[in-house]
Amino acid sequence: MLAFLLTLMLLLGIVIVLAYAERKVAAFMQDRLGPTEAGPYGSLQSVLDVLKLLQKEDIVPAAADKKLFKLAPILIFAAVFAGFAVIPFTPELIPASIGIGVFYLLAIISLDVVGLLMAGWGSNNKYAMLGAMRSVAQIVSYEIPAGLAILSVVMICQSLDFQEISYQQGILLNRFPGLEFEKNWLFGIEALGINTTNIGGITTWNIFRAPLLLVAFVIYFIASLAESNRAPFDIPEAESELVAGFHVEYSGFRFAVLFLAEYSMMVLVSLVAVILFLGSWNTPLPNLTTLKFADWTTGTIGSLSGILWGGFWLLSKTFVLLFLQLQIRWTYPRLRVDQLMHLCWKVLTPVALGVVLLAGIWRLLMV
Amino acid sequence: MEKSSVQHKTGFWEVVKSLLSGLLLTWRHFRNADKRRAPVPVMDDNYFKQPEGLVTLTYPYEAIPVPENGRYRLHNEIDDCIVCDLCAKICPVNCITIESVKATEEIGVTSDGTKKRLYAPVFDIDMAKCCYCGLCTTVCPTDCLTMTPVYDFAEVDIKNMIYHFTDLTPEQAEEKKQLLQKQQEEMAAAKAAALAARKQQ
Repeated sequence: MLAFLLTLMLLLGIVIVLAYAERKVAAFMQDRLGPTEAGPYGSLQSVLDVLKLLQKEDIVPAAADKKLFKLAPILIFAAVFAGFAVIPFTPELIPASIGIGVFYLLAIISLDVVGLLMAGWGSNNKYAMLGAMRSVAQIVSYEIPAGLAILSVVMICQSLDFQEISYQQGILLNRFPGLEFEKNWLFGIEALGINTTNIGGITTWNIFRAPLLLVAFVIYFIASLAESNRAPFDIPEAESELVAGFHVEYSGFRFAVLFLAEYSMMVLVSLVAVILFLGSWNTPLPNLTTLKFADWTTGTIGSLSGILWGGFWLLSKTFVLLFLQLQIRWTYPRLRVDQLMHLCWKVLTPVALGVVLLAGIWRLLMV
Repeated sequence: MEKSSVQHKTGFWEVVKSLLSGLLLTWRHFRNADKRRAPVPVMDDNYFKQPEGLVTLTYPYEAIPVPENGRYRLHNEIDDCIVCDLCAKICPVNCITIESVKATEEIGVTSDGTKKRLYAPVFDIDMAKCCYCGLCTTVCPTDCLTMTPVYDFAEVDIKNMIYHFTDLTPEQAEEKKQLLQKQQEEMAAAKAAALAARKQQ
């Protein structure tokens, strides 16, 4: 229960910051000022937006399927929020430490699709229905390359446990029960003879430990943009052309929940990308001979310093990825629906399948 | 000149390069966000030479100064006005309404030395009708009617768009009218008396 509340608070905080950052970053990239009036530099803007939404009337259309309509936002948010249960925030701190975290996450996130369809169908509005169908088609399609990219990580790490995958990517490798005698080699090639187990830092991140995973990371990142309906894959709710996608009929608190779910999804996919590819809560600074940067910036497990350093690195890496998501939104034009499907089925999926195959061979020969 | 066709770039690395250059472009704009465009007027040499930084001006707090010969809200300096009615006559949209009352004696002089002989109980300019042509300011003999740099004067009630420039209260105006009437009656009486005196001769 405590983990639930803490995670919810953390998530709300991040989403508020993200919503403000989105507006400011968008403004700066387009040579505008963005919010300036509410609080210093407009920093209270997103708080006020939330307060405004909470005050609004909760409109349920007369023709709507009321049960589905009312339940959908909660289901969508619950599905995304449940994914946070297996995210390790620090070496010690994980809301639910279960051995099949990756599998659970992929499964629970897919429930999101049901909520989207409920919202679209329950609204009893053809535009909401079309928006929901587009969203669902997109999310279901892009789950395949994303899932394959994650699968290649799982094959190389030989674990479905997020915490174990995290431990493998840093100097604390041997502290994880069962990994006491594991070793990390530079680029994962033992023949090079450079043992990076105690060097840590960026050299033991998954994208360096197995350079093949860099490709998987790019695939996962593109697919995760599409999964969270972000530009350049935001056809279902193209803001400049459409009023909204599946959530046209929602207002007030229910809309706020949908909005929160959308931003939580962004945060979640970024967190997963960081954990699986970018070293999780491990520091990016390596130990260099006498300069023990990695030791200094890791802290001690079990003490406050370990928690603070772990949380700091995980969240700062996540924010870098979130910034990249925002920047991509304001850089690239939207893909047409056929281009979207072309990219998914004819480019990303075959490449991801190839990566999975190579990851298997890599695992057999290298590590 | 020979026409050169645009080379269509293809291939994986070209695409990656163009994607990265796009990201670089937005990143450059993001990095320049600490610079602001200075609110300089169009006459300034730097007006067209500010390619970097945010372009938005927070309008009520900062604004681009208007050119000196810009045509915005009218202002009449009633102390200098000789109530010649030229502005009302030339106005293409009839937005100036003037009523004049002859003074019984000389009222005074304007700042350029012209004598004032008329009161203006009504001198109204309807800025809602005004077309900002500036003709009234060119014909004004004493240069008392001018265009000011004020352009932000929207009103909720359209009646407030009528600007009253008279310096007389209605009572004072009535008094001046009475005075004029009295003087005219006296003059008429004197004239009649003179006429009668001539007839008797």
